[in-house]
Amino acid sequence: MRGIAKAFGGKPVLESVDLAVEAGSVFALLGPNGAGKTTLVRILATLTKADAGTAIINGHDLRADPAGVRRSISLTGQYAAVDDVLTGRENLVMMARLQHLPRRDARRRAGELLAAFDLDGAADRRVKTYSGGMRRRLDLAVSMITRPPLLFLDEPTTGLDPRSRQQVWGFVRDLAASGVTVLLTTQYLDEADRLADVIAVLHHGRIVAQGTPAELKAQAASDSLDDVFLALTGSDADQMEPVR
Amino acid sequence: MSTAYALTDYNVMIGRCVRRSLRDPEAFFTALMLPIILMLLFVYVFGGAMSAAGGQYVNYVVPGLIVLCAGFGAGTTAVAVATDMSSGIVDRFRSMPISGSSVLAGHIAASLARNLLATALVIGVALGIGWRPSGGPLAWVAAIAMIVLFILAISWLAAAAGLLVSGPEAANSLTFVIMFLPYLSTAFVPAATMTRALRPIAANQPFTPVIETMRGLWMGHTETGAPVGHDAILAVAYCGAILLASVTAASFTFRHRVAR
Repeated sequence: MRGIAKAFGGKPVLESVDLAVEAGSVFALLGPNGAGKTTLVRILATLTKADAGTAIINGHDLRADPAGVRRSISLTGQYAAVDDVLTGRENLVMMARLQHLPRRDARRRAGELLAAFDLDGAADRRVKTYSGGMRRRLDLAVSMITRPPLLFLDEPTTGLDPRSRQQVWGFVRDLAASGVTVLLTTQYLDEADRLADVIAVLHHGRIVAQGTPAELKAQAASDSLDDVFLALTGSDADQMEPVR
Repeated sequence: MSTAYALTDYNVMIGRCVRRSLRDPEAFFTALMLPIILMLLFVYVFGGAMSAAGGQYVNYVVPGLIVLCAGFGAGTTAVAVATDMSSGIVDRFRSMPISGSSVLAGHIAASLARNLLATALVIGVALGIGWRPSGGPLAWVAAIAMIVLFILAISWLAAAAGLLVSGPEAANSLTFVIMFLPYLSTAFVPAATMTRALRPIAANQPFTPVIETMRGLWMGHTETGAPVGHDAILAVAYCGAILLASVTAASFTFRHRVAR
């Protein structure tokens, strides 16, 4: 992606962001609240138009071919994008049908995903009754219906308890191992450290550092990404969530 | 995108909204009880005092109650759309390769189904308590076409409103506005019986020609004495205008609204 910029009401949120994400890798966009992470993901997922700049996503130009981009990505937003009133299975079948799987295939795929994401037991309960971790898993399962080559995860573990968090991390690792490119945003340093091949630190709408976790640590001559982050974002570091 | 895919999208979205309607038993029950309760209330409580048409009040009030219930149904639709917009699910739909209009179409179809059910209840109860329309089969077909057009227009209006307001609570308050308007029409009492200041409003607001068209078709004469055709043209024009404006506003807002 090149020179992505976006302003809301005259206030710049992203200022000319350039990034390259290697296929098959896990890429973490790390930054405090308000850094512009969600805006960047929404632009890349075609939900918001950039004021300037563009990106090539799986060979599709974001500006020229948004429909092509939509076919090759999947987005799991910050808030679980599932239907509360429907059951987990109904959600999966509905989304699979909307991805134009024939009815029978949609049912079969829903069954596979419910098993894969450990939701078998709750498959026919309404999502309203699910815990935060179960919703996240269902959300991930929905994102994986068509096995898209690129998956966006916007703050995948915000608000989850430690056990659910570990579980979600496990699924993300499995997805990456199966060849899916994952671009995730997070405000948690440990999450970026453990999951990502490459981390980019977004601060005030700019990428202020980029590299593997090891490179970033070497750069700050420290074992801890906390120090890297403090060095990069200075006084705003108090906006960061403490490492849990 | 092929037509078959678009049809699937519409199908799935309609199924989703119908399911959502059926899974909210309290709201569904209210929506079905309302027409019955209102019918009994108007005919047996107020009806004695308001034998305005010079006969059974039930013979006067049926079109008004249909419109009143459609107003209530529109409120439900506005809330459903606003609820969708305030949850993450619309973002998901919009990031998928599906036709954007199918999301709204699902709500409109469910709204149409709910409202027609309520209308059928109004008509059924009315016939049960002595409503005797004089119109023939053609008049019935025309009256039902009028109802469908009106419900379609008010459903799209509700969908547009649901998209424009800040959230489900705000959408809910719209219900009261829409339910209040029929009282300021010829729905329940003739315009001539109102205060001088209200008369022109009641005689000319959009609900009135819709109500008078149904009344004229079913009972053989309108309350105002104008020919049915006159009211029908006005009603179709009003509904068409509302439909056009609402579809445009809703489609534009749906495409451009940046959620959150």
